[in-house]
Amino acid sequence: MAGEVHNPGFLLASLEKVVNWARTRSMYPATFGLACCAIEMMGTGASHYDLSRFGMEVFRASPRQADLMIVAGRLSQKMAPVLRQVYDQMAEPKWVISMGACASTGGMFNNYALVQGVDEIVPVDMYVPGCPPGPQSLMHGILSLHEAIKSGEIRHGTGVI
Amino acid sequence: MSWFADMLGPWRGFAVTFRQMFRPKVTTQYPEEKRVKPQRFHGRHVLNRYPDGMEKCIGCELCAGICPARCIYVRGADNPPDAPVSPGERFGFVYEINMLRCIFCGMCVEACPTEAITMTHLFEMSVTDRDDAIYTKDELLVEPDGTPRHPQPAGPLIDLEELKLGNGWLRATASSGRAAFEGLVAWTPSATFGAEPPERGQTDADVDDGNEGA
Repeated sequence: MAGEVHNPGFLLASLEKVVNWARTRSMYPATFGLACCAIEMMGTGASHYDLSRFGMEVFRASPRQADLMIVAGRLSQKMAPVLRQVYDQMAEPKWVISMGACASTGGMFNNYALVQGVDEIVPVDMYVPGCPPGPQSLMHGILSLHEAIKSGEIRHGTGVI
Repeated sequence: MSWFADMLGPWRGFAVTFRQMFRPKVTTQYPEEKRVKPQRFHGRHVLNRYPDGMEKCIGCELCAGICPARCIYVRGADNPPDAPVSPGERFGFVYEINMLRCIFCGMCVEACPTEAITMTHLFEMSVTDRDDAIYTKDELLVEPDGTPRHPQPAGPLIDLEELKLGNGWLRATASSGRAAFEGLVAWTPSATFGAEPPERGQTDADVDDGNEGA
């Protein structure tokens, strides 16, 4: 919102901080588990690591109700249009975490069947390395994304590649 | 009286829920409290030095050759005769690992003939820009005094002390379990971790001598 206002005054600048804070407090992830990373993603939501401490326990099956897409796993060429459609159906503001080696770069599967990085399909805000990243690594990615949103480094999902 | 038993049914279920409230909680409060990783955890790599400060990497590219994800790029160069960087003929002139492509399998550690590359316990390296995920020699190589470097500063989310834990592969494939190796140091001292405690034999494998855990 402040992206449209040049030189925001006290009121708008403070409002932006509140809005950014509020966006990080209940960021519902969309379910997009594609492979083994999804198991770690489920583990992050379960009681030992408990994503609900950050207001993220509801993995939304409907993209219309989700704010954050965690692409967990390798993305095949055939799945890529589906991923793009789910991303397009999410309401702004939206963010994308690319979880794991396969989602980020293709990992060890450098072949014709897999997309070499989901940032060829959707804009990615946070890359989480690992194969698969453990729950702590994923939470580090999520919390870093929260910090980046709160500080204004990432304003909102651009929606443009 | 079956209606009475039916009425009790839900309350029996609630009792299960109620009992859970008094059981110990299993949740780790992640940013404040980090779970201790296993001894053989495969985390971020470091490039080690000898205790005299010389680099262990000799630029042989065996790690790059075995890497199944092709995420390591090494280029060797001849050691300058007056100021050698490594004890061998050559040294790792360029050393880059793409952490986003790396699958942390540890085969580079296994292939390294000089134990130059080892793995630590640090795993929290999320980045917003994929260029930042390519770790060069600046980040991988430890300081001459053995302190590991990291591109991201220590904070509530990153515990840089985890970079000093590890040597997981060395323990995994060391000669543990063979009585002949009891009391022997099975690896060369590395500047990152200091001298290692001697290898345990088969006989006292169950004795806790502080080698396990962190």
